Amino acid sequence: MELSTVWFILIAVLWIGYFTLEGFDFGVGMLLPWLARDDRERRIMINTIGPVWDGNEVWVLTAGGATFAAFPEWYATLFSGFYLPLLLILLALIVRGLAFEYRHQRPEAAWHSWWDRAIIVGSYVPAVLWGVAFANIVRGVPIDETKDFTGTIFTLLNPFGLLGGLVTLLLFLTHGAMFLALKTDGHIRHRARALAVNLGLATALAAVVFLVWAQAETGNAGSAVLFVLAALALVGGVLMARAGREGWAFLGTFATIALAVAGLFVGLFPDVMPSTTDAAYSLTTSNASATDYTLKVMTIVAAIFTPIVLGYQAWTYWVFRKRIAEHHIPDAELEAVG
Amino acid sequence: MDTILDIARWQFGITTVYHFLFVPITIGLTALVAAMESQWLRTRQPEWLRLTKFFGRLMLINFAIGVVTGIVQEFQFGMNWSDYSRFVGDIFGAPLAVEALLAFFLESTFLGLWIFGWDKLPRGLHAGCMWLVHIGTLASSWFILAANSWMQHPVGYTYNPENGRAELTDFWAVMFNKVQLATFPHVVTAAYMTAGAFVLGISAWLYVAKRHQHDRALYRRGIRFGASVTLVAGLLVAVTGDYQGKIMTEVQPMKMAAAEALYDTEDSCAPFSLFTIGTPDGKEEKFSITVPCVLSFLATGSTDGKVEGINDLRAQYQEQFGQDPGARYYDPTANYSPIIPVTYWTFRYMIGLGFLAALFAALILFLTRKGRAPTSRWFGRMAVATPIVMVLGNSAGWIFTEMGRQPWVVFGLMNTANGVSPGVSVAEAWISIITLTLLYAVLAVIELGLIVRFVKRGADPFVEPPDPTLRGSDDDQDRPLAFAY
Ligand code: HDD
Ligand code: HEM
Ligand code: HEM
Repeated sequence: MELSTVWFILIAVLWIGYFTLEGFDFGVGMLLPWLARDDRERRIMINTIGPVWDGNEVWVLTAGGATFAAFPEWYATLFSGFYLPLLLILLALIVRGLAFEYRHQRPEAAWHSWWDRAIIVGSYVPAVLWGVAFANIVRGVPIDETKDFTGTIFTLLNPFGLLGGLVTLLLFLTHGAMFLALKTDGHIRHRARALAVNLGLATALAAVVFLVWAQAETGNAGSAVLFVLAALALVGGVLMARAGREGWAFLGTFATIALAVAGLFVGLFPDVMPSTTDAAYSLTTSNASATDYTLKVMTIVAAIFTPIVLGYQAWTYWVFRKRIAEHHIPDAELEAVG
Repeated sequence: MDTILDIARWQFGITTVYHFLFVPITIGLTALVAAMESQWLRTRQPEWLRLTKFFGRLMLINFAIGVVTGIVQEFQFGMNWSDYSRFVGDIFGAPLAVEALLAFFLESTFLGLWIFGWDKLPRGLHAGCMWLVHIGTLASSWFILAANSWMQHPVGYTYNPENGRAELTDFWAVMFNKVQLATFPHVVTAAYMTAGAFVLGISAWLYVAKRHQHDRALYRRGIRFGASVTLVAGLLVAVTGDYQGKIMTEVQPMKMAAAEALYDTEDSCAPFSLFTIGTPDGKEEKFSITVPCVLSFLATGSTDGKVEGINDLRAQYQEQFGQDPGARYYDPTANYSPIIPVTYWTFRYMIGLGFLAALFAALILFLTRKGRAPTSRWFGRMAVATPIVMVLGNSAGWIFTEMGRQPWVVFGLMNTANGVSPGVSVAEAWISIITLTLLYAVLAVIELGLIVRFVKRGADPFVEPPDPTLRGSDDDQDRPLAFAY
């Protein structure tokens, strides 16, 4: 296999890692106003992702860095072209990340509710916009002969793109609810599970429409198989949630996201960013890639370090495997100074 | 600022300098906190644990801003500098990707374990987590500085005329670029110095505060620990900086000439001016205090070394590279030289402020010797000024390094003007720089507010943390978490 193909696959894997992991912590953030009844419940929710959200976010930094290194043209065209959505995502990730770290630093209710808003908005914005961005990558955007994006922000807000945003939104909401059902105990666990079932049904509907459409746009046999499996995994996850098997249910939405993203990448190949202006201007794994030497160096580094990273990330999840319930949340810190 | 180029440059400068206000504190403080925790494990003196928790908390408040502003850096190259990214991606992308894989995962994962793991991990392992975070920050610095060093002095590549880009031929040459070998130790020692000053300044603030009188012994320990680190690291910063100056003269002689505003070549014993009053372009001086031969020594290691001047270098560069295409966007007469007053002054601020911080640390060590306990306001003010001075010195160093490289973005290979994104509109660039700058300003206020608040509160009383190895595996099911958000 050509090294550029290997890196296309690895970049797909990085995005899968990102969406399956940060997907649920976006979900938890978005569900904050819907599932929690009081501050203690909000803290339960936030603490389920407290130790891991930053590690999850690093997947997107790695995906960005790997795209830069393996497909410089893709990195350049994508991020300069999708400028404003990306800027919004960055702003959202900034306030969201700080909110997790700063919310608990002061006891005042007003302080908490400001940071809660930051978590909520900071989770909704990227959850929608990543979907819009990916749908547009798959569908193709106007790209000229110098490989520059020639559209505007409105080019991206087409029906297929917007549907993509809706699907990631719903999918991450469901995924987050499944995660909360798995990681909490008490009332919130039951509320999360009930919500996961209902959301799951709506998600399945939107996802099926989107995947059929995507299949019609760029699909091939491989993507068809993956899309069908993704849909089955989602239905399976919802059924498991109804049956109270929370671990399996979470695995279901996890697999749904992984399979659907894999399907989109399989449909995209060998393009990385198709041009709607002229197919000859499309960025492909061969005309957008780095040299073989660079790819070889990176392959060696990735082969050595990816297993180590996966090992210690898995270990963190193991260390923090316990469910969190109300009595685990210590009382808010009392003020030591007047 | 009517072109995307100007906006992109300002945005890069603002966001990167801002990122680097917090980064050195993080790099250094993770090491100091890990050292404090290890000291506690070794000596079992409660003071060390109290200091660990106190500075650990301040470190986390600082770390958070470093993380979120770093995300902007990762994507900014693609957004505003897409032609630059195309040109260098084959070389420059690899360190960035490797940085994320090796460093960022390590930092974020083990920091999460450290924050929430007090009651879950055996104590040695818990301290080990902070050491791993520190190693992560060092790895991060290594790779990002390797990328930056390549821009200062490209090595291990060939130019491919077919697709007009630079292509990697030797990864190790990039990793062990001689500029990198000078830059990394300089930046890292400056980071230890900054963090030492941070510990020193904050401990002294609490030390002189009436409300915390009962804890003077604790803060005295912080003062002496921080001051010692600042002083030792300060020495190393000067040594490494001196070495860096020689490498810089070798690879970018124009930068050294610009650092001194030296227009005409000095054949030997070039003087170094401490201070100058002159015309804004630096060409005519009205008053200056100079020290003979110091510039020659900085640049070449010998007091009678030759230092080339701006005019000669400009002629050389024009012969080698042709007319300076960048001249059209800054100063048409400047041809191949950076903005001289900026390089001249930032170089002096960097060195001057660093020396000032080291001087303060030395004085404070002296004043607190053998159980002496000065509590005058001046003592407190001087101590609190030390970390501020250090942070400003770091910024000056980077502004010097980066602006001194102009008009190149990659020295000798690519002009800054040619690196900017052709497809991005001025309106988009404005939206980006304005929103980021405003948000960053707000975040600075919030972060400073939090730091001040926790400093005023002082270190919490000693509480023995739960030891997970001492209890059965299941009886802790219902205990509240040792730490929760
Ligand atoms: C000398 C060291 C150094 C330098 C020159 C830079 N950084 Fe930085 N960066 C760090 C040292 C560091 C750090 C100390 O390692 C940080 C601070 C907080 C953290 O997580 O790591 C960090 C954070 C950080 C993060 C967030 C990591 C996370 O989420 O855990 C990113 C994406 C970047 N940086 C990227 C960059 C880029 C693209 C830079 C170049 C313009 C840059 N940094 C300059
Ligand atoms: C954290 C340390 C750094 C600081 C504080 C810093 C500072 C600056 C400043 C002040 C400028 C504006 C100079 C000008 O345009 O007049 C600049 C430009 C730039 N720097 Fe750096 N820099 C840092 C590290 C880096 C690194 C590591 C890279 C590459 C990975 C880099 C790449 C660039 C680029 C692409 C520009 C834009 C071109 C330009 O206008 O000069 N910088 N930087
Ligand atoms: C005797 C003292 C010092 C000397 C001779 C010195 C020398 C230098 C030189 C020549 C550079 C530019 C390197 C390049 O362009 O490639 C530089 C950069 C820098 N200096 Fe210093 N320096 C000194 C002290 C300090 C101090 C005290 C600090 C911290 C406050 C500091 C922080 C920096 C930083 C952050 C940079 C930019 C990053 C880099 O390229 O290393 N320096 N220094």
